[in-house]
Amino acid sequence: MSIDIETARKVAHLARIKVEDEDLPALAADFNRILEFVEHLNEVDVEGVEPMTSVTPMRLKRREDVVTDGGMADKVLSNAPDAREGFFAVPKVVE
Amino acid sequence: MTKLNALTIAEARDRLRTGEITATELAEVCLSAADAAKALNAVVHPTPEIAMDQAKAADARIQAGDAPDMCGIPLGIKDLFCTKGVPSQAASGILEGFKPEYESTVTTQLFDAGAVMIGKLNMDEFAMGSSNETSVYGNVVNPWRRGNDDTALTPGGSSGGSASAVAADLCLAATGTDTGGSIRQPAAFVGITGLKPTYGRVSRWGIVAFASSLDQAGPMAKSVTDCAIMLKTMAGHDPKDSTSADIPVPDFEAMLTGDVKGQTIGIPKEYRMDGMPDEIEALWAEGHAMLEDAGATIVDISLPHTKYALPAYYVVAPAEASSNLARYDGVRYGHRAKLAQGDGVTEMYEKTRAEGFGAEVKRRVMIGTYVLSAGFYDAYYNRARRVRAMIKKDFEDVFAQGVDAILTPATPSSAFPLGQEFDDPVQMYLNDIFTVTVNLAGLPGIAVPAGLDRQGLPLGLQLIGKPWEEGALLNVAKAVEDRAGFVSKPQKWW
Repeated sequence: MSIDIETARKVAHLARIKVEDEDLPALAADFNRILEFVEHLNEVDVEGVEPMTSVTPMRLKRREDVVTDGGMADKVLSNAPDAREGFFAVPKVVE
Repeated sequence: MTKLNALTIAEARDRLRTGEITATELAEVCLSAADAAKALNAVVHPTPEIAMDQAKAADARIQAGDAPDMCGIPLGIKDLFCTKGVPSQAASGILEGFKPEYESTVTTQLFDAGAVMIGKLNMDEFAMGSSNETSVYGNVVNPWRRGNDDTALTPGGSSGGSASAVAADLCLAATGTDTGGSIRQPAAFVGITGLKPTYGRVSRWGIVAFASSLDQAGPMAKSVTDCAIMLKTMAGHDPKDSTSADIPVPDFEAMLTGDVKGQTIGIPKEYRMDGMPDEIEALWAEGHAMLEDAGATIVDISLPHTKYALPAYYVVAPAEASSNLARYDGVRYGHRAKLAQGDGVTEMYEKTRAEGFGAEVKRRVMIGTYVLSAGFYDAYYNRARRVRAMIKKDFEDVFAQGVDAILTPATPSSAFPLGQEFDDPVQMYLNDIFTVTVNLAGLPGIAVPAGLDRQGLPLGLQLIGKPWEEGALLNVAKAVEDRAGFVSKPQKWW
């Protein structure tokens, strides 16, 4: 599997990270080195082995579906780069 | 008399209780040691006011006779832990200015027990790195040097600030986190002891997430006993972390007899790597001899899937990181890029993340995005999770054969110079070759300083234990510590 410049561009967009055109070849090369390393996994016979979901077998605890916390909009917004009137503000999403 | 900042937790606790020293004195000495150690770049957000308030409160508790073990003990806190009202940036530009409104469970438990925070410690950005060179705050410098050679060496990573601060006596101990070796490798590089507990032993709540199925916080300290004392305070069930184990936390310190008679220690043949330096090989053999001398039986074992651990890790960890780091979008906290006329929300995300993340973080987020993308999920991510299950089974098999703990080197080399250029990112990943299996299998592992190499730099041994048996593991580590008699300290140049 080899990653070309177009694939690198697509992955960067999927990850929502802007990468300048001139940086794409180096990025693709890095991806290829890492994936080449990772492809050693193809040597392993994994037939019949379940993919691990949890390293320690445990049943997730359940709790009552009730409100345990809240009513602190000021605290929630205190670190926002742009907060107005009790909301997070972002550029226009819908035309 | 030992300088106060060079005390172990156990020594300081005992002297605090007899009234021989006060928590205030101890905090002052550590704060001034930290202030004088700017050349190490280990402490990135000093918190002297908090430290002095906590120390005064600790002194009052000690006088009142209500003093838990950690009461009055000055600690450094890795920047990955959210600390209320104090910058908590995970050494990333994207969290610039972030001051949490809440306290992580680990720091809550430590502070409730009376511990004192001298400041936040440097690290690799989002804990991604093995040399502490990916931090937005700049490199951390190892207090150790090669004899009279003043080349700046790495303290390892990602908990490089924790390692450097403890080794240089800026605090008595520090918190670390370990996703692929980030406690054990830096501990080995600076001659201190670092424990990664069993996955689920310590709550992850309030710790900035890197790879949630692998991350685990633990103590980095000056002795095995100190790790035992500090782990007891850090550990325990937390309803806010659904993967934290609801099982009792024993008194680990009380389990440290140093007696390992009748125990079986495994030596895995797959950890004998081609091109391994002879000094590492020799140290490993010494560890073997120390445990034999302590009455343990040494057996050769096989962990056949060891060579696939790093490749599996470099699928699983970036995949989880790409999901976890999706939250850094410039909306709720941290950095937001300046936008051009007409930029919409997608441009805001893309520019914010391009500006806020460093090169290694971007690389891993994008690799993670790729291995999780449609068409590749099975080939990469599911295959890696299958191999991970096989790596875990390797360990289960040897434990079932009667092995109590496993002895390996902690790192494939001693500390290397900062600023080495690697053309290939994979070169840096090889640092974790001995430690990463432990995270994939969710086991406890500890690095113990065991000697110096020809250049005068510390080398560590790693011991790997059974799940939830940190007490037994610490006890084997104590047997090595007692015999290694490692007392060397870096010569002060900073």
